[in-house]
Amino acid sequence: MTALSTRPAARDRTKLAVIDCDIHTAPATKQTLGKYMPARWRQHHETFGPRGPGGAHYPRANQDAARTDAWPPSGQPPGSDLDFLREQLLDAWGIEYGVMNPLLGAGGQLNLEYGAAHARATNDWQIAEWVDHEPRLRASIVVPYEDGSLAAAEIDRVGDNPAFVQVLLSIRTSEPLGRRKYWPMYEAAVRHDLPIGIHFGGAGGGPITGAGWPSFYIEDHAGMPTAFQSQVISMVTEGIFEHFPTLKIVLIEGGFGWLPPLMWRIDRAYTHLREEVPHLQRRPSEYIRQHFWLTTQPMEEPPAGEQFHQLLHHLDMNDRLMFATDYPHWDFDAPDQAFPTRIEPPLERAIMAENARGLYRFGQLGR
Amino acid sequence: MTRYVIAPISEVPPGARKIVEVAGRSLGVFNIDGEIFALRNRCPHQGGPLCAGRLSGFLQASIPGEYVYSRPGEVLRCPWHGWEFDVRTGQSWFDPARTRVRSYEASVIPGTALPDQVNSPGLGLVQGPYVAETYPVSIEEDYIVVEMPG
Repeated sequence: MTALSTRPAARDRTKLAVIDCDIHTAPATKQTLGKYMPARWRQHHETFGPRGPGGAHYPRANQDAARTDAWPPSGQPPGSDLDFLREQLLDAWGIEYGVMNPLLGAGGQLNLEYGAAHARATNDWQIAEWVDHEPRLRASIVVPYEDGSLAAAEIDRVGDNPAFVQVLLSIRTSEPLGRRKYWPMYEAAVRHDLPIGIHFGGAGGGPITGAGWPSFYIEDHAGMPTAFQSQVISMVTEGIFEHFPTLKIVLIEGGFGWLPPLMWRIDRAYTHLREEVPHLQRRPSEYIRQHFWLTTQPMEEPPAGEQFHQLLHHLDMNDRLMFATDYPHWDFDAPDQAFPTRIEPPLERAIMAENARGLYRFGQLGR
Repeated sequence: MTRYVIAPISEVPPGARKIVEVAGRSLGVFNIDGEIFALRNRCPHQGGPLCAGRLSGFLQASIPGEYVYSRPGEVLRCPWHGWEFDVRTGQSWFDPARTRVRSYEASVIPGTALPDQVNSPGLGLVQGPYVAETYPVSIEEDYIVVEMPG
């Protein structure tokens, strides 16, 4: 939270390059994705539609979990109207590049072949209705991630199109992401040199916390980092970074305040339990700092500014933090108000744009 | 303090609101059962357009399971993050000690009193040298007036 008097003037805001690593685009209608499916799957889409494990409930505080001012004048859902998204996000904040992470459910489908068709449609829709019309936007490859081979096939289908900058999963999966069934997907990502972005949410069939089913949405929301923690531990201990040494993982909307103590704890455990995981050649924290990137929204905000700087010091991943707004969702971070305290300009530039520019290989646009 | 004419009261009936630009600031004027309140249209959290937010009630529970829902339509929730503010005072309800939004004194006065009591800068008029023949006009409606610094 920043006091009103410290809000930068508009001219200062525009000087700072901003790359938004988490934009949620949505289809205009329930029929939209069907247009990108062959008749066989369009009929299934319209007749049976999505079926997945429970766990994601709406509305989440607001309809569609969106800012209530994010409903376009066209009457379409939040994030579905390109002109309005330009006006309210890209133009309003001078965003140089934005990464779209559409959360439309392909990955969580119990019918895996429908999930694959849903993913193909989502990916073709991102190109046809977004990237082709707006050069600031980039897409994420949505995949049916519970089947490593089907996911790999979709990465191979579109992975050479430069409009796609990463593969997109959700953090709650049916098994921990280090497990072998997911490896063909990582192999394909590495083949195309694409990071794997893993976003808040999803439902894998198990209770959404490690302690069972909670009562409230606030528990779902505040407890999500535990899923991120489990996935980081799994991916490291299963040895995927030994097997895929160039694999890059982006944790999206999971925060990062929990990561330093996780590294302390797992490094300590490794000294005692190394024998169980002999495929690890290095301390777990070394894999984490080498292979993981983290987006900022929503970041943990300690009550005092110096504690935030301590947190960054403990984390020691200043070159891996990447700004995100989460537009149009209700926990949106405004680019000029995101940090709980003042950040030194070089680090601010790195987090607001340059770390993402490096990872996603975005060029310099008119700067 | 300067007094600014916002609108005829008929434009902001009970339960309605109007968002206006006054002296370079955006503010929202709310009519709650005939009482008029004015708040700055900028959330102190991240700068969201607060006055475009949903109006709801105030929900309390002294112990889990015992709910008291009061003051419907008097709690304004920011469209971005849902921070709650009391429309009557600008006071926040989750962090009352530290967070509030600027509120302004708002009142309703008869139209006949307007020329003597308030500025109308929104009209952008400067008195010129000529005076045309005039006819008496009566202003029968009441107007919302907000007091702001400067």
